[in-house]
Amino acid sequence: MLERVILLLCVLPVLAAQNCRPNAPEGHKVRLSIKTALGDEAYDWNENELFLFQSTMAYAMRRLKGQQFTVSNIVVCNETPRVSFWFVVTSPQDPSQLVPKGEVEEAVRKSRNRINQAFMLSDSTLEFIGILPTLAAPVEPPTPTWLIVFGVVMGLVVAGIFILLMLSSVQKKRKKNKIADEEEEDEDEGTRVQTPENGSTRVDYYNNSFADDERFTHM
Amino acid sequence: MRLTVPNPGLTLRIPNYEDLEKMDKEEAGDRPKWDNKAQYILTCVGFCIGIGNVWRFPYLCQSHGGGAFLIPYLILLVLEGLPLLLMEFAIGQRLRKGSVGVWRAISPYLTGVGIASMLVSFLIGLYYNTLMAWIMWYLFNSFQDPLPWTQCPLTENSTEYVPECQRSSTVDYYFYRETLNISTSIANSGGIQWQMVVCLFAAWTVLCISFIRGINTSGKAVYVTAILPYIVLAIFLIRGLTLKGSFNGIQYLFTPDVNELMKPTTWLDAGAQVFYAFSLAWGGLISFSSYNPVHNNCMQDAVILSAVTGLTSIYAATVTYSIIGFRATQNYDNCVNENIMALTNTFDLPEMSINSSNYDEALSQLNSSYPDAFLGLGIQTCDLQKLLSEGVEGTGLAFIVFTEAITKMPGSPAWSVLFFFMLFCLGLSTLFGNIEGVVAPLTDLNVLPKNWPQEVLTGATCMVSFIISLLFAQHSGIYWVTLFDNFAGSIPLLTIGLFEMIAVVYIYGIDRFNEDIEFMIGHKPSLYWQISWRFISPIILLVILVFYLVTQTQQELTYLVWDPSSAEFPGLTSVPYPSWISSIIFLLAGVPSLIVPMYALCRLVFVYLKRKRKSSDKTVQIS
Repeated sequence: MLERVILLLCVLPVLAAQNCRPNAPEGHKVRLSIKTALGDEAYDWNENELFLFQSTMAYAMRRLKGQQFTVSNIVVCNETPRVSFWFVVTSPQDPSQLVPKGEVEEAVRKSRNRINQAFMLSDSTLEFIGILPTLAAPVEPPTPTWLIVFGVVMGLVVAGIFILLMLSSVQKKRKKNKIADEEEEDEDEGTRVQTPENGSTRVDYYNNSFADDERFTHM
Repeated sequence: MRLTVPNPGLTLRIPNYEDLEKMDKEEAGDRPKWDNKAQYILTCVGFCIGIGNVWRFPYLCQSHGGGAFLIPYLILLVLEGLPLLLMEFAIGQRLRKGSVGVWRAISPYLTGVGIASMLVSFLIGLYYNTLMAWIMWYLFNSFQDPLPWTQCPLTENSTEYVPECQRSSTVDYYFYRETLNISTSIANSGGIQWQMVVCLFAAWTVLCISFIRGINTSGKAVYVTAILPYIVLAIFLIRGLTLKGSFNGIQYLFTPDVNELMKPTTWLDAGAQVFYAFSLAWGGLISFSSYNPVHNNCMQDAVILSAVTGLTSIYAATVTYSIIGFRATQNYDNCVNENIMALTNTFDLPEMSINSSNYDEALSQLNSSYPDAFLGLGIQTCDLQKLLSEGVEGTGLAFIVFTEAITKMPGSPAWSVLFFFMLFCLGLSTLFGNIEGVVAPLTDLNVLPKNWPQEVLTGATCMVSFIISLLFAQHSGIYWVTLFDNFAGSIPLLTIGLFEMIAVVYIYGIDRFNEDIEFMIGHKPSLYWQISWRFISPIILLVILVFYLVTQTQQELTYLVWDPSSAEFPGLTSVPYPSWISSIIFLLAGVPSLIVPMYALCRLVFVYLKRKRKSSDKTVQIS
């Protein structure tokens, strides 16, 4: 019995290692771009960080499936200096069984935000190759902004037309008052000086003033 | 030298010197007047400095040998632009009428020149205001953060961006799809884009209200529309020079290539640009200078205007190319960074091991070590020169290159508002001259009732123009705009300019013209003006016109379309025009050019018939 247990314990990691390799059927590649994301505050990638990754993945799997995943269920291999590696997830009940790719993807999608935050990275700097991040919808204000500005401009134009009409009507009124005043003066003069020529001169005066008026309104 | 066509009755049709002095002293008459000289100069500057100075001249300058292009440009400015400018100013100031009135006064057979000017101004105004509508659309949309052309919309299931946007770029998609909703060919009209109708309405109403009382209202508006562009250009220049890569652009613009001076196309393009830059033959300049006092020094004005136009072109080109250089450098850096990322990812190298300084050697080293993997990557070569030459003319410059550059600047909405407001002012001040060139001849021709006030005339013109310009609000609108730009705004203007010179020099009489100028400004024009008016400018115009006609008829008529299904996407595909386009081209280019001889011919026939009828009536009466 003890021998079988020892044998199983020795074989399991080998089995797991065999399951985890680049382009493994149920495996995913992860790529981190820590320096691009954090610049001077970048941390070094070491075993501790890898442990953190394994634990966050285990957390994500737990969240999805409710089973007791542990760090040893997340098998990592093929680490490169780029900071990229492959991982596969084994089932907690049966370590020789791998969790299907689809379920791993679902788990990652569900907890993507938490995984990113654990590493202070984002969707583009912590890449799970093959799992596309959900795209942010374009920002759209409730009322289209351009309609508001258009409304302002047209309001100014209408105000301009209004002012124009007001000004022209005010000008016309002033002209009319001026002519009315001049007419009154003429009538007074006419009654005072009574000569037979008066009628014609009055008519000429009226004709001339009307002619002036015409010139102004033509403009 | 003394060649003058006999012109009976000329002295009866034009005011003589005593009349002019009387008009000047009494300040009577129903013609509008400028409030002060500054208004006149600003209106003319605004008219001449238009959107073409921002998006046509810099491209010509760069593609025809950079700094070396300034040589033919300045030479032709002096030999062709300046004489024509003084001629239009002087003849307007002397005869005190709009374009139709002036040519009719010189000879009734020449009324066709005025009518052709009016037609050309009308056609140009139609498509120019459509450009203004697009500018207003972008201006209205600039009041938000983030700018709408920085984002691609998502597909229905939100998994990825719309493929048309993904394959081209966000700015391309925003211009061609969301603004214009472009169709794939000029024949495919595809319906009306209602946002464009709204913007066209806004553009025409703003123009109408600014010009409603003629120069009395527009004269106030030009204080803003003529001066603001210079201020904004200065702001952009300062901002541009502080951005990385702007000097690449300026260097690219001004690097002289003296070999370009040997090519005739360089000189032709320079001549054509000078001609269009001065807005000659539109009729607007003649109208504007007819509102001047009689003894205004028009020679000084012409020189000032030429100098200002030339310098502004160079100024605007510098600003434009500093921004283009910035954008090209940004795209180049992005291209290099993407390649670096692809290399580090594929070969699993440590981050930051390849950077811009060791990029080239790393590239060659990896290529030699892993040739197969390298080929499979599809690394694009990043070429700064190619990026600098991309899309740098016309609508592509303003709506694609510049909008992209603005998104990369911090505080982009503010820059966007500034830029599009500047373009708006540049266009509006040009349109003032344009609409003057349409409205003044209409009053001179007496086609509309005389008791209609100025306001109604302007309003009616704008309304009719708005309805016709709905043609450009279709999905294929931009193809029509390009068609109008290429044909209505090129050959007819050259033809009219040539006829104008012949009319003034040989039909009005160059001697009489010299005396007029002596009466107006106090001294006769010097030998330089005499030679240019009589020989140099007409010959230059004739040469440009002939070459233009020859090249146009030789070329196959093609245009560029935005077609997502074509192989060259995201580039524009070149397709031939449909066959019915030649009749449209004839309407746009042929009719205005042919009106001049046709009107003269018709009038000749009419007068001959009338005379014949009179003589037959007389014989009937006698017998």
